[in-house]
Amino acid sequence: MKQPRGLVAIDECLQGLRERDEKALVLFVTTGYPHLDVTADIILAAEEGGADIIELGMPFSDPLADGPLIQECSATAIRNGMTLERMLQSVESIRKRTSIPLVLMGYINPILQYGIARFLSEASEAGVDGIILPEVPLEEQHLVSDEIARINMANILLVAPTSSAERIQAIDNASTGFLYCVSSTGVTGRSVETAQVDYVRLVKSIARENPVLAGFGIQTPGQAEAFAEVCDGVIVGSAFLLQLKKDSSRDGACTWVRAMKGPLRSNQRYGGTNKSK
Amino acid sequence: MSPAFAKYQFPDANGYYGAYGGRFVPETLMASLLELERRYLEARQDPLFRAEFVHLLEEYVGRPTPLTFASRLTKHFGKAQIYLKREDLCHTGAHKINNTIGQMLLAKRMNKSRIIAETGAGQHGVATATVAAKMGMECIVYMGSEDMRRQSLNVKRMHLLGAEVIPVESGTRTLKDATSEAIRDWVSFPDSTFYVIGSVVGPHPYPMMVRDFQATIGAEVRVQLEKAKKPMPDILVACVGGGSNAMGLFFPFLQHDCRMIGVEAAGKGLETKLHAATLTKGKPGVLHGSYSYLLQQNDGQVAEAHSISAGLDYPGVGPEHSGLKDLGRVEYVSVTDDEALEAAKLLSHLEGIIPALESAHAIAYLHSLLPRTTEDDLIVVNLSGRGDKDMETLSGVPVQA
Repeated sequence: MKQPRGLVAIDECLQGLRERDEKALVLFVTTGYPHLDVTADIILAAEEGGADIIELGMPFSDPLADGPLIQECSATAIRNGMTLERMLQSVESIRKRTSIPLVLMGYINPILQYGIARFLSEASEAGVDGIILPEVPLEEQHLVSDEIARINMANILLVAPTSSAERIQAIDNASTGFLYCVSSTGVTGRSVETAQVDYVRLVKSIARENPVLAGFGIQTPGQAEAFAEVCDGVIVGSAFLLQLKKDSSRDGACTWVRAMKGPLRSNQRYGGTNKSK
Repeated sequence: MSPAFAKYQFPDANGYYGAYGGRFVPETLMASLLELERRYLEARQDPLFRAEFVHLLEEYVGRPTPLTFASRLTKHFGKAQIYLKREDLCHTGAHKINNTIGQMLLAKRMNKSRIIAETGAGQHGVATATVAAKMGMECIVYMGSEDMRRQSLNVKRMHLLGAEVIPVESGTRTLKDATSEAIRDWVSFPDSTFYVIGSVVGPHPYPMMVRDFQATIGAEVRVQLEKAKKPMPDILVACVGGGSNAMGLFFPFLQHDCRMIGVEAAGKGLETKLHAATLTKGKPGVLHGSYSYLLQQNDGQVAEAHSISAGLDYPGVGPEHSGLKDLGRVEYVSVTDDEALEAAKLLSHLEGIIPALESAHAIAYLHSLLPRTTEDDLIVVNLSGRGDKDMETLSGVPVQA
């Protein structure tokens, strides 16, 4: 049985959730953190805990959209010897053990040096389904968009609280897979204010082309629930990495993810008491 | 020189200088950048904005700065006539304040009250803190802790001027990391904050804006030579870190038939990894919002730069310099730490001018350049700053007679 990959895998995943009246949980993990060979186990644990999509962070020396924690994880991963080449190797081996959609997220320069076309085609062959390049806004998408579309990968663009309605619409039109709604200004890891829920609701009302997932600063199951209520799911990064920093065991990660996913399942969102499995 | 430069019109509408430039920033900043570009283009057309800028440059900075004939230095080499553009005589001691005044007038026009800046040698930080004090604005300067140690005098100046200096401990603790941290601040407070970038780097429209404000330097040189009934220069020389003093001198002469030479920091030598010669040894890549030459590892991680001069200790360079390099309009060369130190000493002895270590790189290149010139040639060297801030480094060198 061959699973569809690429954009289709993400579309089908989010479609399935919608049919089950469930909200998506996307987990971000820096590849190669805390150790080079532990990423596969973390992904499997997250999947077991209920994660729907995994975002794999590509470490960069100068991560200017990231707060102190992801900066530290990124620096540790580079010290551990993580490179794009190694990351693609580990994706390939992870892909043999799970069919969960995998999305890469990172800064553009290492990809430029690798060669955009070469990198994307190797990533696609390794089993990557989508890519998020937060430093490549709409105006610079010409650099990558054709190539990403050509290999049928999801090209996930971001909107921010400073984006105008016209921009949100234009970005939604250019994005595939889902629309990444940056839920607060600032770098990753700053706690989000619940007032931002209104802004996410606005984005959801404008975006006609894609499911809307909110991320940046979502740290607790309560926040996840509040944001997921007005869109299609949430993305959690720094809070998960903080958990891994404290306890990188498979059981620890799985339990943590299960707690985060809980309020996103339909029976629990509507006050149900059944523990879904 | 090719006549193509008569039509030199960069950046294009997307902020590109040929292949280089652009806006590689998180979406959160795009609204701010588009607004900044719109307001800047509007201000540039506004005679009142222009008049206020010129007024402050004259009354507060002390412009025009002199164009000094370096008679003993000229005699020392016995070849081309050497003139020094004296940006060291600007208020605060370097060319940086030209740009700072321009950007902060714009900040005022845009009703932004919170000013942030990055600084390497501290000259841009001091210039920003100075203008913030004059305009009554809150000022926060990000500075690598290694640079704070190397340029402690400038840290004290910023404190006295009422700025908050935030030490940056990440990465190499120098200008690169201070810039990243300033961008993180800006991403966090995009509505209230104006980010005053100190060089012709960063996302569009910064490289254009900073160049335009600094172009006062070259424009004055033209007028000063005309008034003195001298011919237009044959060669222009300036040091290049991010490249703002060089762009400021070169830009008004791009259509003019003269050689232009940008001098980068070769640190301990180009054959070592300890240098900051981005255009000479780097490869194009993206750092701090634009596509330009970049010192980097094979896997695309940004490499550490090294220079004895904190102002040149940066792995990136302004995108317009990358464009001018590829067009072949500007030659980019480099000199080592030791050569720059020797040059600082030479200029001090022969002309009674103690240059900043950054500017000393431009002087140092005269050793290679002058033997290939004639007495009829006229050279203008941009003396971008004075050396007070470098006294500790300079006095550590044994002085030879």
